[in-house]
Amino acid sequence: MSKPIVYPYIPNSVPEEKQKLLKEIGIDSVEDIFKEIPDHLRFKGKMNIPEPFLSEYELRRHVEGLLAKNKNCKDYINFLGAGTWQHYVPSVVDEIISRDEFLTAYVVGDAQGDHGKWQALFESASMIGEMVGMEAVNKPTYDWANAIAIACRMAARMTGRREIFVAGTISPGRLSVVKNYCKPEIKVELLKYDKETGLLDLTDLKARISSNTGAVYFENPSYLGFIETQGEEIAKIAHDNGAELIVGVDPSSLGILAAPADYGADLVVGDYQPLGLHMQWGGGLAGFVCSRDDKRYVAEYPGLLYGITTSVKEGEYCFGEVFFERTSYASREKGKDFIGTTTALWGIAAGVYMALMGPQGFRDLGEGIMQRVAYAKGLLAKIKGVKVDVIKSPVFKEFVVNFDDTGMTVGQINKALLDHKIFGGKDISQEFPEYGQSALYCITEVHTREDLKKLATALEQIVKGL
Amino acid sequence: MGVVKIKKDFHEARWCEPIIYEMSTPGQRGILVPMPDDEVKEAAGDVLSAIPANLRRKELNLPEMDQKHVLQHYIRLTQETLGANLTNDISEGTCTMKYNPRVNEDLAANPNFAEVHPLQDEETVQGILEIHYKFEQIIKEISGLDRVTFQPGGGNHAVYTAASVVRAYWESKGELDKRDEVITTIFSHPCDAATPATAGFKIITLYPDKDGFPDIEALKAAVSERTAAIFMTNPEDIGLYNPRVDEFVKIVHSVGGLCFYDQANANAFLGVARAKEAGFDMCHFNVHKTFGTPHGSSGPANGAFCCKEEFAKFLPVPTVGFDGKKYFLDFNHPESFGKVRDFWGTAGVILRAYAWTMMLGAEGLRECADISVINNNYFEKKLLTIPGLSECFAGNGHRRQEQVRYSWEKLKEDTGVGTVEVANRAVDYGIPHYWFSHHPWEIPEPMTLEPCETYSKDDLDEYYEVLKQVSKEAYETPEIVINAPHKAAAHKRNDEAALDDPEKWATTWKAYVRKHGNK
Repeated sequence: MSKPIVYPYIPNSVPEEKQKLLKEIGIDSVEDIFKEIPDHLRFKGKMNIPEPFLSEYELRRHVEGLLAKNKNCKDYINFLGAGTWQHYVPSVVDEIISRDEFLTAYVVGDAQGDHGKWQALFESASMIGEMVGMEAVNKPTYDWANAIAIACRMAARMTGRREIFVAGTISPGRLSVVKNYCKPEIKVELLKYDKETGLLDLTDLKARISSNTGAVYFENPSYLGFIETQGEEIAKIAHDNGAELIVGVDPSSLGILAAPADYGADLVVGDYQPLGLHMQWGGGLAGFVCSRDDKRYVAEYPGLLYGITTSVKEGEYCFGEVFFERTSYASREKGKDFIGTTTALWGIAAGVYMALMGPQGFRDLGEGIMQRVAYAKGLLAKIKGVKVDVIKSPVFKEFVVNFDDTGMTVGQINKALLDHKIFGGKDISQEFPEYGQSALYCITEVHTREDLKKLATALEQIVKGL
Repeated sequence: MGVVKIKKDFHEARWCEPIIYEMSTPGQRGILVPMPDDEVKEAAGDVLSAIPANLRRKELNLPEMDQKHVLQHYIRLTQETLGANLTNDISEGTCTMKYNPRVNEDLAANPNFAEVHPLQDEETVQGILEIHYKFEQIIKEISGLDRVTFQPGGGNHAVYTAASVVRAYWESKGELDKRDEVITTIFSHPCDAATPATAGFKIITLYPDKDGFPDIEALKAAVSERTAAIFMTNPEDIGLYNPRVDEFVKIVHSVGGLCFYDQANANAFLGVARAKEAGFDMCHFNVHKTFGTPHGSSGPANGAFCCKEEFAKFLPVPTVGFDGKKYFLDFNHPESFGKVRDFWGTAGVILRAYAWTMMLGAEGLRECADISVINNNYFEKKLLTIPGLSECFAGNGHRRQEQVRYSWEKLKEDTGVGTVEVANRAVDYGIPHYWFSHHPWEIPEPMTLEPCETYSKDDLDEYYEVLKQVSKEAYETPEIVINAPHKAAAHKRNDEAALDDPEKWATTWKAYVRKHGNK
């Protein structure tokens, strides 16, 4: 028999150590423990899974070999956004969240031994609260979609109403999540929007809103990139009808766009991902839910709330769970919805990012992005058959580009762009067929003038059939 | 390894860091943003004027700090956190706090993963698709079930996915209005009750029999034509393997109900026992627990939801397919209930878990199971010699598997020191706060410990020495324990009630300053 493997992650895989433990227990083999499992419930034989790469070097070669089959947005110029966005991630952010202390802590540790984790999460909540204009903020959620769903369910419980109106331009991916979360008792209805401007159709809202409406939800900037300018009017209509206003926001816009609370939002949701998280094939998402610090709202949060308080030592801060009884951890099925492990580390990352950026950083970010977008639109507008003013409203970092007059589909164009090492904008021709062969382009601070020119040059060549 | 020593001189870093808002100096910058060049600016013109005046940002109250002091602040906060890779974290029972290998962090930082957009053309993401596909094959073998989705963002989320599948199943049969009850057990995780309730089901909870197993007679009385499903763990949080688990499944199946197996704590059963042999229709794994990926201070995590083929049509879209040549996102689940998360899931967790699994292989996974139960039984035997400590359902003749729910009830009776105080005092010896129990506390003064395979004999012995020491202190000098921790990053809260008081609580700095003033 070959020598047993000693695994670097399993200290007691050393045969002598294992024997010592068995002897102390007073048994001969591990089977004396597993005998509790009846024979007919046991798995027999060896699992059919691939042979391992026992050394770290071989493992690294194997996995890096698989990853080498991917292309990435450093080597390619990327114009995809639509819910995961490419922004620069400062080195300080990566350093903090890769430290083993935060990386490998969990949820159990109370606020003395894990004081730093609690403080970091409290600070993240404080900063995103300032960004959106709210004083109550929950622990990060799975993602923006999850945050919308949570807010909708909170609003339904608060108002006792079972109908939610959602702007028709909502991200279809997020909508799918929200609809499932709202089942079975809450009806999610889409509102009409003006095709020319993308703006919510206020007439439709006024006609359909009623005393059954728990909340109205729209996104700003919207999924299609434009800025919804009617926030105050929508808030008034919602409030006049006793409904809550929920606004979804891309926080990278909040250096230049007003805080949603300032135009009447009661609950604000969004994603931390643009604030210092790598895209990770969509795995960088982490949502936030914010509201006024009013018991009516706070009592309805399902997630943990990290609160600041004081300790027995004069002048020392301490942290703890706010209003824990409302959670499913405390009250099982009688708690508010459910909670669990979500995305705390991404919340911490976003906190570090916001602290680094400061108010001026966000102003520069927002203005610089809008300048690049305006410049890029100017370049693309010159290409025959390409239309950039499909939606005639101011935009932030994303905008719809239409290719109908090129005679090509977005799919064909995007395939051709790959040869230029460019990832073209998201094809929205299935999601929003009324805009024809259109793509949603995203431009951020990572794009240089040369990058934008390369895009324009490549598109020109492609539509000319060169 | 060396001689076991209790760390009597331990002291956690205590930096007394201000809240970051208290460190702000107007005008300082932590990082500069790349600005467009003049050609772009000139061509763009005054872009901000396009935003209506009432939508323009007026002020933004964020801290203004130079980079070094941001870094310093957060490094100090990390030093005030007892992560599992730097501590003896047997503490967090039910959480499987195993070692999280550094190599996997390197792999996750690879630009061919970190800088990949989820909407890239499939031909440019073949690597990450292949990893998902291959990891699904591994999970299928570990569970014995047929299909897997990695979309859920954690264990609770996977159980919610199960509730959504159960709902879609009964909806498809047109019986959702009749099948409105889900049965669970009190020692199953709270999410086994809370997530089906969120999905619209009524919850029936089974309590244990005299030996600590879910009461099978209670189950027989609970099932009916209203039973949509049972959601249960095994072993439950108390570490006892229910030998009649397949009978539970049969009873629920006999009335047409579905059976979901919460395998959040599957570590001890890798290659030992599976959902399939017990007859379950569905199960899930907490990938961040059993498969060695970091818990991230509470996520990002991943829940792998598994099911038999007949339920695959209800799965959230997309899953990952392979046509023999190319890997692809498979949206072909005609009766899919939709999505539980935007895009495809927490791919970084799957990447790390795949790497972890591929370093161990079938034999290594089995070694994890073996060592975790051996560790636990050795540890249990030692701990039960500590004065004031016992375990739940002691003397029932059944060996514990991967974890034990202990009780400090006698210590509390003898000394007035309860489990909360013991946990706080253990921190003074460098031990992270341990897990008591989910609520409600059916076992008085509970403590749940899980010494999984990455803990050495010295770790087990050290932990024992610490608890023995704290017990001794409780009997001799209880005030030391009651006022603990003394050497942690912060002291005990002085006003627990403040956290439940709307006039005092504060989840943001702004709320705190408004309610309590700026000191």
